Amino acid sequence: MSLRTNYPGKPERVYFFGTCLIDLLYPEAGLAGMQLIQREGVQVIFPQNQTCCGQPAWNSGYRNEARSVALTQMQCFQQEFPIVVPSGSCAGMLREHYPEMFSGTPQHSAALAFSSRVYELTEFLTQVLRVKLEDLGKPVKVALHVSCSARREMGVSGAHQALLQQLKNVELLEPERKEECCGFGGTFAVKHAEISAAMVEEKANALLATGAETLVSGDCGCLMNITGNLNHRKRDLPGCHIATFLWERTNAAEH
Amino acid sequence: MQQSIDFHHRVGSALHDPQIRSNFRQAMDGLMYKRQHSFPDADELLRLRLRSAEIRINALSRLPELLEQLETRCSENGIQVHWAETTEQANAIVLDIMNRHDAGMLIKGKSMVSEEMELNHYLEQHGVTCLESDLGEFIVQLAGEPPSHIVAPAIHKSRQQIARLFSEKFPEIPYSDDVDTLTRSAREILRRKFHAAPVGLSGVNFAVAETGTLCLVENEGNGRMCTTIPPVHIAVTGIEKVVEKLSDIPPLLSILPRSATGQHITTYFNMISSPRKPDERDGPQEVHLVLLDNGRSRIYQDEQLIATLRCIRCGACMNHCPVYARIGGHAYGSTIPGPIGSILEPQKAGLEQFGDLPTASTLCGACGAVCPVQIPIPNLLNRLRYERVRQDHTGATPGQGSQRNPWEARIWSSWRWMHANPWLYRLGTRVATGLRWLIPQRLGAWTRVRSAPRIAKKSLHTLARQKGFTHE
Ligand code: SF4
Repeated sequence: MSLRTNYPGKPERVYFFGTCLIDLLYPEAGLAGMQLIQREGVQVIFPQNQTCCGQPAWNSGYRNEARSVALTQMQCFQQEFPIVVPSGSCAGMLREHYPEMFSGTPQHSAALAFSSRVYELTEFLTQVLRVKLEDLGKPVKVALHVSCSARREMGVSGAHQALLQQLKNVELLEPERKEECCGFGGTFAVKHAEISAAMVEEKANALLATGAETLVSGDCGCLMNITGNLNHRKRDLPGCHIATFLWERTNAAEH
Repeated sequence: MQQSIDFHHRVGSALHDPQIRSNFRQAMDGLMYKRQHSFPDADELLRLRLRSAEIRINALSRLPELLEQLETRCSENGIQVHWAETTEQANAIVLDIMNRHDAGMLIKGKSMVSEEMELNHYLEQHGVTCLESDLGEFIVQLAGEPPSHIVAPAIHKSRQQIARLFSEKFPEIPYSDDVDTLTRSAREILRRKFHAAPVGLSGVNFAVAETGTLCLVENEGNGRMCTTIPPVHIAVTGIEKVVEKLSDIPPLLSILPRSATGQHITTYFNMISSPRKPDERDGPQEVHLVLLDNGRSRIYQDEQLIATLRCIRCGACMNHCPVYARIGGHAYGSTIPGPIGSILEPQKAGLEQFGDLPTASTLCGACGAVCPVQIPIPNLLNRLRYERVRQDHTGATPGQGSQRNPWEARIWSSWRWMHANPWLYRLGTRVATGLRWLIPQRLGAWTRVRSAPRIAKKSLHTLARQKGFTHE
C-alpha cells in the first residue's frame, strides 16, 4: 500500500466513476461530485458503460466474478485521463486491489496503469484542483465520519477535513472513537448481522453525542448504514455525502 | 455447517453479555491509548515497523537454513533441540522429558504454543499437574477457561470477577477486590510452588540463530523463575520464531512491548543461552527447546500467506479490532483470537473448522495499520475468503472450498452477469428506479436495526446523461 504524494497539475478532462451504490441510492452525490469538478473548468466524462468496481464479489472470495466485472470497468476508462471516484472504498478497490486482482494475468500491466490514474474525489479536489470554496450556507454543526478505506487505504481523511474547514460557517465536530469502523463491511453487515448491529449502534450514538445537525461522510456505504440505523431509531441526524454537502453550500443557485 | 452455527452462537452470547462487552471495551480502549502514547513520533514508528518487518521477512525467507543454524548453535551451547511436526508429537516430547525426571508437576510461564498444543490437558491426562504462573494464565486456569487474549489472557474478567474467583478457590484468603492484594495473594501461592517444581516450561519470543539464544519477554518475573529455578527448563515454540542475528533483537524488542501494552520495555527480558555451566551457581541443569511445526511449513509455502508467520504476538491487532472489542476472545473458538487468529487458525486447523473467522471482519484495516511487522492482515483475510469458496483445489490451505454454498455461488454468478453487461445493468437500474415503490421495507438482517435504503427516482447514469455529461 503506497499513499500518493506526487500530484499532477490540473487536467483538461477527467473520467468520473460513480459507483453502484451512488448510482442507485445517492445519485445526487455523484452529480454534485461531477459539478464540483466541472466548476473548476475541467470537463467531466461519465462513461455510460460503467457498473460496479467489483468489490462485493472480491471481498466475498468470488474472484473470477470480480475480475470479469473489473475488466468491464477497465474497458470504459481507456484514455489517459484521471479517474475520479466519490468513495474511499471503491477508489481503494480500483487503486489498491486491481493490480492484485490481475497479478499473474495478461491484464496485469493494464490494471497497474489503470489504478495509477485513480483518485478519490476529495483527494482530487484538494490536491489536484486545489479548490477554493466559498461558503454560502447558514451556520451549521457537522460531524464527519471518515470511512475506513478513505482513512487507511486512501489516506484522505485530511482532504475530507480540509474541504469542510474551508467552509466558514461550518463547525466541525469530532465524535468519540472517530477512527473506529461503523460496522458496514458490505456482506459482513448481513453475514454477521449481530456484530454489525452492535457496531453501527455505537457509531450512531457517538455521532449523536457530538450534538451535530448533519452527518457528512465520503462513503455512501457508511452513510446508508449509519443513517439507516438513526432513522430506524427515529433519531434526528440527517446525513449526506460530502460532495452533496459541499456543492449545496457553495453553489449560488442553491441559495 | 455446525462450526458456523457454533460460532454465531458464541458471538450472540458475547454480544448479549454486558459484562463481557464492558470488560473488553474498557480494556481495549486502555491498550489503544497506551500504545498510541508510546509512539509519539509517527515517522519513527513507521521506520521501526519497516525495520521490524524487514527482520521478520528476512528470517522467513531463510527459514530452513536459520533453523538448522539455530539447532547447531543450541546444541553447541548444551540446549537439547527437539522437532515436532504435530502438537501430539510436541506433547509426547514434553511428557517424555517429564517422565525421564520422574516429574509430577510442571510450572509454566506464559506460552501460546503450549495452548495450541493443549499441553495442560494432555499432561493432566498422563498424571502430571500443570501450574500456570503468569497471573492472567493462573486466573484462567483457576476458572477452567482458555485465554481470551494472547497478551492478557484474563482480560475478559473484571477485578470483581477475579476477586470472587479467588475467594471461591482459596477460602482461606480474605476477600478483596484490590488489584495489589489479589496479585500478592497469587504471588504467595505461586512462590511456594516454584521451589517445589522439578520442571519449568516457557515460550520463546525470539530464537536467535546466530547465537542459539532464546529470548523471553515478560513482566512478572515468573518467566525468569520458570526458566531458572527448576532443574529442568523446557522451551516450546513455533518454528517461525527464529531470527537471524542478535542485532535483530533491539528493534523487535523496542516495538513489541510498545505495540502490546504501551510499555517502552518490559520489566523482564531474558536471554537464555545454555543450561547452568559448571562454574555457575544457578540456572537449570537441562534446557530443552521444542520446535513445533503444526502446519507452519505449509503456510510457509505460499508466497502471500507466508506473511502470517511474521507475527510477533503483540496483540495490537486484536486491541484495535472493532469486532474483537465487541465479541471478545472466546467467541472465536480458536487458540489465538482476533485478526491474527482469523488468518492463522484457518490455515493451521483448516477452513472446515474455522471457515467463518475470515468473514468476521469488516476489512476496516485497523489491524494492518498497527501491526508492528506490517502483516497485511486485511489482504490475507480477503485471500482466505477466496480459499474458503474456491473450487480448483490447487492451494495449500486445508479445507479449501469447504465453505462454498451453491446458493451463494449462484447469486455471485448472476451478479457477474448483471455487472459485466452494461446494457443489462442499465436495464436493471431502470427497472429498479421505476419500481422503487415495490422495494420491501424489510430486508432481513439489514432492517433489524436499520431502515431500508431508498432507491432514487433517477440513477446517476440517467442524471449524467440528462445534465449533458459526455460519456466518452
Ligand atoms: S499480527 Fe501483527 S499486530 Fe497482530 S499480534 Fe501479530 S504482530 Fe501483533
